Amino acid sequence: MGKNRGELWTKFMDYYSAVFADGALTEREKSLIALAVAHTVQCPYCIDAYTKASLEKGADLDQMTEAVHVANAIRGGSSLVHGVQMRNVATRLGM
Amino acid sequence: MPSLLSIRHPLASTAEQHAMLERLAVPEFDHTLERHGLARLETLPIEVLQINVGKLCNQTCAHCHVDAGPDRTESMTRDTAERVIEALRRHPIPKLDITGGAPELNPSFRYLVEEARALGRHVIDRCNLTVLLIRSQADLAEFLARHRVEIVASLPSFRSAGTNAQRGDGVFEKSIEALRRLNALGYGREPGLSLSLVHNPVGAFLPGNQASLERDYRRELMSRHGVAFNNLYTMTNMPISRFLEFLERSGNLERYLDLLVASFNPGAVAGVMCRTHLSIGWDGTLYDCDFNQMLDLPVGNGGPRTLGDLLAWGTDLRRTIVTARHCYGCTAGAGSSCGGTVAD
Repeated sequence: MGKNRGELWTKFMDYYSAVFADGALTEREKSLIALAVAHTVQCPYCIDAYTKASLEKGADLDQMTEAVHVANAIRGGSSLVHGVQMRNVATRLGM
Repeated sequence: MPSLLSIRHPLASTAEQHAMLERLAVPEFDHTLERHGLARLETLPIEVLQINVGKLCNQTCAHCHVDAGPDRTESMTRDTAERVIEALRRHPIPKLDITGGAPELNPSFRYLVEEARALGRHVIDRCNLTVLLIRSQADLAEFLARHRVEIVASLPSFRSAGTNAQRGDGVFEKSIEALRRLNALGYGREPGLSLSLVHNPVGAFLPGNQASLERDYRRELMSRHGVAFNNLYTMTNMPISRFLEFLERSGNLERYLDLLVASFNPGAVAGVMCRTHLSIGWDGTLYDCDFNQMLDLPVGNGGPRTLGDLLAWGTDLRRTIVTARHCYGCTAGAGSSCGGTVAD
């Protein structure tokens, strides 16, 4: 992607590196967030990359599993909460 | 878990370990230095005399490059320990770094500490923490504090699962108890009582950013266990002995060696510890580092080869370092040494 409009690629990569650097959150915490998001967007490359990154940065399998459950809870929860929309329509149309 | 030697595993033989590493398509370390325009490794003035007093240990860790354990009997004698002190007397090396095995289980450990401190040298004890809880070592922590010995202790994770997976069931809980005991004596809290922790990856990957991991360790150990410490050192697992056996058994050998080679950092070369260390084995043989010691690669290239040579040697300890394929472990990523990373 950097072969055309290389400056955009460079800007993105600089930003990407800055996002994952140690800050108010540690690199381990950011890797766990990335791992959860990777499962939400179901990106197999991201899952591989952030499984490895999480291990390298000191996370263990319990923590990584919890992160995936957080992703799952948000996804499942958001489906459930959209049930309100279903209920509203059904209530409006029903007797 | 028994040692590789006790189950007569082929990898208990250093010749077999060398053969396994040489079968891989890994370039020779010195060729890689040359390809990056770097000279072969030469020593700087020696700052640390590191002695491995033996392979006896109360633990049998899964990654141990020494293949140490309760079933090992190799141990430095009092006579050799006295010659180590004599060598310190003759050579102005500022630090004595004592490792093992569990070095405290050697009968000459306290003699070495007392004599080295009397010579005004800084002493480091590479401690597995659980040894402090052994009944026969009940006064060990007080002894170390009294002599202002720096403690460098292994704790691969601030959580139980990772630590116990690498070091054995229940080791994390005992380690926390030992750390609390050290904190109560002032370790990790008072000047002159330095307590550092060592993080090794719990698997076939490189360690993460040392400073970031230190923040995690500091916050988690204090908030969950009330434990304080001074520094965290990250160390790369070396493809030697039990970690080599793990790599082979788990199908990770080739990938891990490729990772070490691909992560070669020319900026880490200048700071590798062998340039400022001299390592002595339990039997008085000299090595460039503890890893070379475990691979039976003694000092060559013009340096003293035994403790006897060292006693007769002048003050010039310069030599060219003996290298092999395991050396990529110290130059991968941010580099790795007994004092943690060596480059950005």
